[in-house]
Amino acid sequence: MVTQVLSLTRSGLADFVLQRVTAVILAAYTFCVLGFFLIVPVTYVALTEYFWSAPMQIFSTLTAFSIIAHAWIGMWTIGTDYLRAAHVGGLADTLRFAYQMICLLILFVYIVWSMRLIWQF
Amino acid sequence: MQVSVYRYNPDIDEVPVMRDMQVELPAGKDLMVLDVLELLKTQDPTISYRRSCREGVCGSDGINMNGKNGLACFTTVSQVVKRNKLILRPLPGLPVIRDLVVDMTQFYQQYEKIQPYLINNDPPPAQERLQSQQDREQLDGLYECILCACCSTACPSFWWNPDKFIGPAGLLQAYRFLADTRDTATVERLANLDDPFSVFRCRGIMNCVAVCPKGLNPTRAIGKIRSMLVQQGT
Ligand code: SF4
Ligand code: SF4
Repeated sequence: MVTQVLSLTRSGLADFVLQRVTAVILAAYTFCVLGFFLIVPVTYVALTEYFWSAPMQIFSTLTAFSIIAHAWIGMWTIGTDYLRAAHVGGLADTLRFAYQMICLLILFVYIVWSMRLIWQF
Repeated sequence: MQVSVYRYNPDIDEVPVMRDMQVELPAGKDLMVLDVLELLKTQDPTISYRRSCREGVCGSDGINMNGKNGLACFTTVSQVVKRNKLILRPLPGLPVIRDLVVDMTQFYQQYEKIQPYLINNDPPPAQERLQSQQDREQLDGLYECILCACCSTACPSFWWNPDKFIGPAGLLQAYRFLADTRDTATVERLANLDDPFSVFRCRGIMNCVAVCPKGLNPTRAIGKIRSMLVQQGT
């Protein structure tokens, strides 16, 4: 049976608001990155000065966590819409759980990897 | 005209089939689809469908006509027929009991969940609870729903989670009571809708608006519920 155990906040409203707030953060970050590549000639020095400046480090970290929240709310919703017994048969619960674990694993790799890049550890 | 009808009798048939039949339409008249069904029934009395008032009030003859949900009594043949062929199927997504008759249990269970009655524990006045004209106007476009299920069975989110997503019909009624100034259970009603499925599975696809035979707009009502939730939650 489809349940809401793994929903990010277990509140439809909180998920809804969070998904919209994170979307705005992602859009703003896209502008900052695109703007940089369009305006500044790309060199190693320019790149590191820009992305390893304290404000950008904070912004990048915020964006990385926003991706995780945004993606998880979306992927969880897709899984609970389509991976159901009515569509994929009796193994639906197992399949959905496996799908959710794979999504979580990928998101976990994303966050660790991006933290390494942003904070250089 | 050729009519293709979904036939299924679970006692006899293993799988449903589409069966083709011919009907003679009277010249110069645009019949309602329900009239065509009645003509078919004179040829084959075993064809099953629900009907009652035949004037779009009872909401019992909701079916799928050439791919679009609607009331058979309310829809002319010329509105739906394509290439001189009329295709009749039961409302999608609900279990079929027989032919065009579907099991509406899930639909009514969702309706029941939203507590479709006035909640007010103040002692009732001698005659009735009065409303100003402006307050009463808030219910226009909501109270007219006849629960025909055309909208909910056209909604993909309701197909995917019919046990958890209230669906457009139920949510329109949920908002009907949220908008009623005589109802005092607004906070409780909103709290019951705050899970990830009941309201928030609506994806704004607006199939519900496209099919409602009464011209109602469940998507707008759902939007209003959402903003009430946001206002209450922030
Ligand atoms: S909102 Fe319209 S389509 Fe939906 S049940 Fe009510 S009358 Fe039928
Ligand atoms: S607007 Fe919402 S309720 Fe209406 S059909 Fe679309 S998803 Fe369903």
